Amino acid sequence: MKKFLSKITLPALAFTMALFVSGILVAISDSKVLALKSSPLSMLAEAFSTAGSAYWALFRGSIFDPELAKANFIEGFYPLSETIVAASPLILTGLSVALAFKAGLFNIGAQGQFIAGAIGASFVGFHFELPIVIHSIAAIAAALVCAGLYGGFVGFLKARTGAHEVIVTIMLNYVAGYFLLWILSTSPFLRPGRQDPLAPEVRMSSRLPHLFGSELRANLGFFIALLAAVGIWWLLNRSTWGFKFRAVGANAAASKTAGISVGRSTTTVMFIAGALAGLGGAVQILGSEPALTAGVGGTFGFDAITVALLGRGTPLGTVFAALLFGALRAGGLTMQASTETPLDLILVIQALVVLFIAAPALIKAIFRLKNVDEGEALASKGWNG
Amino acid sequence: MSTQEVRALSAPERRRRRGIITMGGLGLFALAVFAILPKEGQPVTYSFVLGDEWILIKEWIVNSKSAALGFAIASLLAVVLATLQFKAGKTVRLASAIFAVSFLMSFLSWAAAGKFIPFTGLLQGGLLLSVPLIFGAMAGVLSERSGVINIAIEGQLLAGAFVSGVLASLLHNNWLGLLFAPIAGALISLLLAVFAIKYGIDQVVLGFVLNVLVIGLTSFLYKKLLIPYQSEWNSAIAFNPINIPILSKIPVIGPILFSQSIIVYLMYVVVAFIHIALFKSKWGLRTRAVGEHPTAAESVGIDVNKIRFKNVLWAGAVAGLGGAFFTLGAVGSFSKEMTAGKGFIALAALIFGRWSPLGAVAAALIFGFADNLQGLLTITGTPIPSEFMLMAPYIATIIAVSGFVGRVRAPAADGIAYKRGGGSH
Repeated sequence: MKKFLSKITLPALAFTMALFVSGILVAISDSKVLALKSSPLSMLAEAFSTAGSAYWALFRGSIFDPELAKANFIEGFYPLSETIVAASPLILTGLSVALAFKAGLFNIGAQGQFIAGAIGASFVGFHFELPIVIHSIAAIAAALVCAGLYGGFVGFLKARTGAHEVIVTIMLNYVAGYFLLWILSTSPFLRPGRQDPLAPEVRMSSRLPHLFGSELRANLGFFIALLAAVGIWWLLNRSTWGFKFRAVGANAAASKTAGISVGRSTTTVMFIAGALAGLGGAVQILGSEPALTAGVGGTFGFDAITVALLGRGTPLGTVFAALLFGALRAGGLTMQASTETPLDLILVIQALVVLFIAAPALIKAIFRLKNVDEGEALASKGWNG
Repeated sequence: MSTQEVRALSAPERRRRRGIITMGGLGLFALAVFAILPKEGQPVTYSFVLGDEWILIKEWIVNSKSAALGFAIASLLAVVLATLQFKAGKTVRLASAIFAVSFLMSFLSWAAAGKFIPFTGLLQGGLLLSVPLIFGAMAGVLSERSGVINIAIEGQLLAGAFVSGVLASLLHNNWLGLLFAPIAGALISLLLAVFAIKYGIDQVVLGFVLNVLVIGLTSFLYKKLLIPYQSEWNSAIAFNPINIPILSKIPVIGPILFSQSIIVYLMYVVVAFIHIALFKSKWGLRTRAVGEHPTAAESVGIDVNKIRFKNVLWAGAVAGLGGAFFTLGAVGSFSKEMTAGKGFIALAALIFGRWSPLGAVAAALIFGFADNLQGLLTITGTPIPSEFMLMAPYIATIIAVSGFVGRVRAPAADGIAYKRGGGSH
């Protein structure tokens, strides 16, 4: 228990600090607060109430809403279900980045891989008529293959020509985005009678079942994501392949001397990372957003990197980080709607949390802590890795 | 070539050979697709006049098929030249440049069949689109040559754009806005420097987080203050272009290079200064030493982390200045996430240009030109869907980094924090 407490002290304090700093930002940018410049005390009070109401809305939108619960207690958890819906693809894209990190690769391409997976899942989902369950599996398989190849290509290029994965994945994100725009304008992806970039909804037979009744959107995608996290944990810590990946990540030159094929490891890792991000796309399409649109990727790939960083590259950490970010995402929408606090505050909170976590020395200095578990710092390989 | 000969080649030679093979393939592709495949040619009009510069040629009207053929053959001749130079053991830089221009012209002649191409305007727009990339890449050079990876270029650009736009609007003075842009960029760099150099935190991770922080902050303030109070907070007007006497009158080159806003002229100065200082000054030598072999540098009395700290701050200032181009150099007012990933493209240009100032400038110019070309062809209409035109620069980058640049070598100590006494974290 003591060990557990020491492990979560730092993330908890980092989160608190991030909320505090962002709260100041909310308060000082508020016109009502600024209008009270002449009386510092009432200004302070107004500042507290402004930031307080923003954070209360954040909580109401992500965990539990007492207003909704009045009619039906279960419905009070509608926000929590939204958090789970937002977190599921984030867990998967986060795992994609985290796995690559462990193997010494910086996968900025989760965005493009997510889109590749979403395209694959969407096409199989609306184009074919298959029995229930089989249809879902086929759509997921299509996503895994599309996105796996999209990611694996990066690893292959790096292994064969040395093209740096950071550059290639950044470029492939743009390519995927434009490819998505194009494919949405082709006839198979146009809804009959429509000209706008909006694909047909995937068939009911391919959708992932809801977990808590039809009112709440939480679906099987969450379990798929958790299962994937367990799978990646096993792969990294219990399998020969995972050992090779980590060895290459820790020291590529030494691994080569020891007889591990660095190129094959790079290609395989990027294939699996791509497939994970693509699975995120499939979960998004089959679970919550049945129609493919130009905006399907959202910021999943970008957030995935912050999620992986916050989770320190471990599967369990990634799951928790994704849940936190999912909560911020779901709550942020409520906060924006009810308190006129822009959703972008979420980005500030996210960045600050990761910054404070990455700099344990800072948190320890602020709170005068001595014995807290700093965890393993996540290190990238730089350009020459 | 037998396998033994292949083995005898050094790594840069193999890279060069792969580059030549790639160029040969692309040249043949141009010959087949742009010149031979189209059934009949149509006239293409290239116009060379933009403003009131002296006129040398007004326009050039040519049959698309014959122009594509001519340029495709020129590109293949460049490949032959490259092969000869390679065999003679020389670098193939000139031949590669001839190839790139011929290939692009062959493509352009094919894609613009029956259309009007404002050639000078195309190049001018290309230069403008590459301005933030060049500033960003210079920021990368400053920081990474001294051994600190700078992924935060995007954030530094965005901070410069925001602060310059907002201050120019609040103070009704563009020059004050321009003055504070580098300071904003340097503030982001200060965070990078403190955490990366003092605390030894992973620089890639840190840079990425700083980008998210700046995107979040600027977007938040944009919605909270700049939109509701637009007339006060976000009504800056861009600098007017300054025509340099005589120089701006030179045909073609004049309007492209010497009829620009102050920020573009500052860019020329920054690039020239960084290039000369990096290779000719004491500071440049120390910077490179610290980036390649910090232990050796310290052993002769150089304070490694002090040099890095300063360079990272200067890097932020340069990128911040480049950020001002988005607002004061182009449209005046700030808009959400207006840097739109340009910082990452600048990073690609830096790597593409192998961490040398002039190489990075060349790469940035290619990106800017391709971006502008794509925009023009989307408007005029081409045989290819516009989405594929939009993809082209990114695919070209992938081909380039895998064919020409290959296994790049960053400054040896880039990304590794340094502890006094020759250790690293």
